[in-house]
Amino acid sequence: MEQLRTIGRELAMGSQGGWGQSKEFLDLVKSIGEVRSKAEEDRIIARELEHLKRRLADPDVPRRKMKELLLRLVYAEMLGHDASFGHIHAVKMTHDESLPLKRTGYLAVALFLDERHDLVILVVNTIQKDLRSDNYLVVCAALTAACRLIGEEAIPAVLPQVVELLAHPKEAVRKKAVMALHRFYQRSPSSVSHLVSNFRKRLCDNDPGVMGATLCPLYDLILEEPNSYKDLVVSFVNILKQVVERRLPTSYDYHQIPAPFIQIKLLKILAVLGSGDKQASGHMYTVLGDIFRKGDTASNIGNAILYECICCISSIFPNPKMLEAAAETTSKFLKSDSHNLKYMGIDALGRLIKINPDIAEEHQLAVIDCLEDPDDTLKRKTFELLYKMTKSTNVEVIVDRMIEYMINITDHHYKTEIASRCVELAEQFAPSNQWFIQTMNKVFEHAGDLVNIRVAHNLMRLIAEGFGEEDEGADSQLRSSAVDSYLRIVGEPKLPSSFLQIICWVLGEYGTADGKYSASYIIGKLCDVAEAHLTDDTVKAYAISAILKIFAFEIALGRKIDLLPECQTLVDELSASHSTDLQQRAYELQALLGLDKNAVESVMPADASCEDIEVDRNLSFLNSYVQQALENGASPYIPESERSGVISVGSYRSQEQQETSAHTLRFEAYEMPKPSLPLATSQTSMSTPTTDLVPVTEPGYYKEDHQTSKSQPPGDAVSGEFGVKLCLDGVQKKWGRPTYSSSTPSSLASSQQTTNGASHSDGGGSSSQPRESSYGSKRQQGTEVSAEKQRLAASLFGSAAAKADRKAQASRKTAKDSPSTEKVATTNVTAQPVKEQVIPAAPPPDLLDLGDEPVSSNPPSADPFSQLEGLLGPASAAPVLSGTPATSTSKAPDLMSIFSDDVPTGVASGSTDPTLGDVNSTSSHKGATAVASKKGPSLQDALQKDATARQVGVTPTGNNPNLFKDILG
Amino acid sequence: MIQAVMVISTQAKPRLLKFYNFQAPEKHQDLVRSVFQLLSASPDSVSNFVKVDTIFGPGTKMVYKHLATLYFVFVFDSSENELAMLDLIQVFVEILDRCFKNVCELDIVFNFNKLHTILDEMILGGQVIETSSEQVVKSVEEIERLEKQSSTTSFIPKSITERFTR
Repeated sequence: MEQLRTIGRELAMGSQGGWGQSKEFLDLVKSIGEVRSKAEEDRIIARELEHLKRRLADPDVPRRKMKELLLRLVYAEMLGHDASFGHIHAVKMTHDESLPLKRTGYLAVALFLDERHDLVILVVNTIQKDLRSDNYLVVCAALTAACRLIGEEAIPAVLPQVVELLAHPKEAVRKKAVMALHRFYQRSPSSVSHLVSNFRKRLCDNDPGVMGATLCPLYDLILEEPNSYKDLVVSFVNILKQVVERRLPTSYDYHQIPAPFIQIKLLKILAVLGSGDKQASGHMYTVLGDIFRKGDTASNIGNAILYECICCISSIFPNPKMLEAAAETTSKFLKSDSHNLKYMGIDALGRLIKINPDIAEEHQLAVIDCLEDPDDTLKRKTFELLYKMTKSTNVEVIVDRMIEYMINITDHHYKTEIASRCVELAEQFAPSNQWFIQTMNKVFEHAGDLVNIRVAHNLMRLIAEGFGEEDEGADSQLRSSAVDSYLRIVGEPKLPSSFLQIICWVLGEYGTADGKYSASYIIGKLCDVAEAHLTDDTVKAYAISAILKIFAFEIALGRKIDLLPECQTLVDELSASHSTDLQQRAYELQALLGLDKNAVESVMPADASCEDIEVDRNLSFLNSYVQQALENGASPYIPESERSGVISVGSYRSQEQQETSAHTLRFEAYEMPKPSLPLATSQTSMSTPTTDLVPVTEPGYYKEDHQTSKSQPPGDAVSGEFGVKLCLDGVQKKWGRPTYSSSTPSSLASSQQTTNGASHSDGGGSSSQPRESSYGSKRQQGTEVSAEKQRLAASLFGSAAAKADRKAQASRKTAKDSPSTEKVATTNVTAQPVKEQVIPAAPPPDLLDLGDEPVSSNPPSADPFSQLEGLLGPASAAPVLSGTPATSTSKAPDLMSIFSDDVPTGVASGSTDPTLGDVNSTSSHKGATAVASKKGPSLQDALQKDATARQVGVTPTGNNPNLFKDILG
Repeated sequence: MIQAVMVISTQAKPRLLKFYNFQAPEKHQDLVRSVFQLLSASPDSVSNFVKVDTIFGPGTKMVYKHLATLYFVFVFDSSENELAMLDLIQVFVEILDRCFKNVCELDIVFNFNKLHTILDEMILGGQVIETSSEQVVKSVEEIERLEKQSSTTSFIPKSITERFTR
């Protein structure tokens, strides 16, 4: 049996003329095909490499054998093993006289080395020589290697020859020379820039292949500087016309389409040249129209051309007729069953809506379908489209969708992207503060560690500022609902750090504000947070500061509070912390507990986070103290700017940085210490270092230098306010005027009044007002349409439950027939748990409340219509049925459920498509005959291969070697 | 520009790797592995395009075709048209089929140097230079013919020929 097999194998190899390789290689591949583990494979390859090492160095190996050895080396390296010992042999082989060896050598060096490799210098010389060779194949091989291996420094060495070769009689050489020159241009534009005109010349090459290849460098050049190539517009259009009219040799036809790849490249070029240029675009319309007319939507490549055409049209100066054609084709793509075409359709739509946003309306259903599609690529593409078309009217639906999707993403990279897009859209278009806060909570909850910390600061600022209007009631409602929701969330495990920071801050600031929760309850929660996150200093710092604030508020209200044992433990633990920041906060807390009511009130005024803090930079309140000191014989203070040797600095902050960053010796005497705190009662615990020793764990870290300075008489205290604040440097200020945001060093800290705020803007209102008004107007629109909507709802939903999907189609038709329904808002297909905002008389809905207490008086039936309306604008057409009204409680009906009948069948039919895998499973004999009858290659051939394949055992899945037959059909 | 062409078997074995932006050989296996993970995770009925910015850098996309026991993968950036790339895979496979007469995985394993030759005729430095399968087949055949002509001396040990050439 064994013998028989060997004979069979040899026979097979003989009849094939072998694979050109020896039995050794065959065996190697076979044994690798059979390995069960990676370790086994590694062992085999290691043995092989050992063998190769010996053989390659052996001078008596025939040269033909050398070729095979080198290929085996390439094979080993492809499998991920280090074959660097053979690189020098590859380089040597490029010197060989014989063509196959030389070519193999070049192949190996091109695969092994890159331009920075040490051995390349040896190859450059060979390349130089080979470019002059008479044998055009040698020249081609050298050019191919040159594309890969010639770095910036080596370009001058080969450039003259390459330029000469541009006029070589063989088109294959010209083509490669063009590409080599292009590659040089990419590497180092300056060294080739004087030769760029050569590309223009090659465009007129007689050979269409060379012309086609020249389009690649020209495309790159035109992308860089469209204006210097405007004169070529007519030529490009002419070429395209000729291609479309089938003037090229038929060998360039592909699936009955003339030179599609050249067409695509030309369309790309025209798109760049015609962008924003009415005159240039004028030349293109005719040929573009031709392409659309002749467009073949049946084949993949035909669609590729059409797609490129759409891209071109959306880029050049708009022409209504062209746009119409483009929109039509786009809708064909979107309606297609192929996911590839849907993908292209979504992409095309994204381009077209930039010119005419109305185009999207027609396709909203298709877009929604794509959003529901299990195909992740398609989904992502659709989210990209939604991102592009977000407006203030549809932001809620889109962002909610995005968040819902984001929750399930595992890919960090992409999750970050989606999270930041959610934040961006929410910041840009948020219809209301509540919505913004609610959305941000969701983002933080699910992707808190992936978003920029400044987003967290923005959120805190927003909660602190509220609406910024007189409407205090709304603000406090907003806050207490925030507190409610945070208290619920805070116990959950694995909350992201930045979200916990927000929670701590809000609880500290507003936890007891509405009197709903007792101080000890909140403090208990905060202690839990600090305990649960032992390793996160930032969170602990936030927690302890929050506790401090709550104590301060309680004391200010005159209530007696006891330090809970767990809180005491926390304070003790933090006082002994390695982090000086935590230590300081803990000591401050202890100090605060010893103060009387008045002092605490001025140190930590309640809800003062938005108070403006005026810093008396002149420290005028110190004048009497200074005077006294001078009288006692102290030397007068010399301003820094007047001191010699010290670079004048504008602010204390930058001075500090200067000092810390200056590592050089200072040759001047240190300046006099600045006046120390005029502390009436000395509090030694307060004098712990309070300068910028705070360990800044993250950039933009919330800097809370609690300078709870000691009991100033309240009257005194007003002059310099200063205190806890967010480090808002570089934070985008969305909700307020630019505010003072540098931190004052504590050495100045005389008579500071610590406001416990996050930010100091008093004017959040200025920017939140427009948002408010747009919110309002949206409500109005909502009212306008709601009556009609309900009518439509009644007519559409009346008895629709059973055959919803069929009706949906019918209604789609009716919608098209009667434009009168246009104004009617679309039905809501998106499954969004968005609370309604269309009902005008509703009190501000309690959005932060996630379900415990339905404060809002909205009717529970979330109007399913208005949600989709959000997606594509209120005036969009094409209503469809969604679910039954019965199901539309707080959650809108899911679109998928409606179409669920269709979906599985669709998938099933997709999977039953004759694929190669299936073909594979049919018997090999059958497969072989099928091929034989279809394409005419010999049956014998196929059977032989099959037999060999089975013997060699490298075809791991399936036994039919005729892989590609159905792709050719 | 095209960044990489990969042929990977359904058993996650690389059959052909060609990178047009240099990738250190040590990294090849990681790339193959991460690409294969994507491929094997994607069901049949989805689109053939995948974003691969996490593997090949920002803006890169991948088009793949699953044929019998092999995945054909092209990785490229935003300057290429996805559908066209899908058809370029098709062109490539058609050429393979013509060059090997009913190509199978074995042909590809044993003749990866020929695959490289074919690919070099189609794509150079990441740019598509030839898309006509007839042209490519013609030039590949020409190369083979000339190689055969010039390989008459190849059975002589290299020590001898080296002596001659010196």
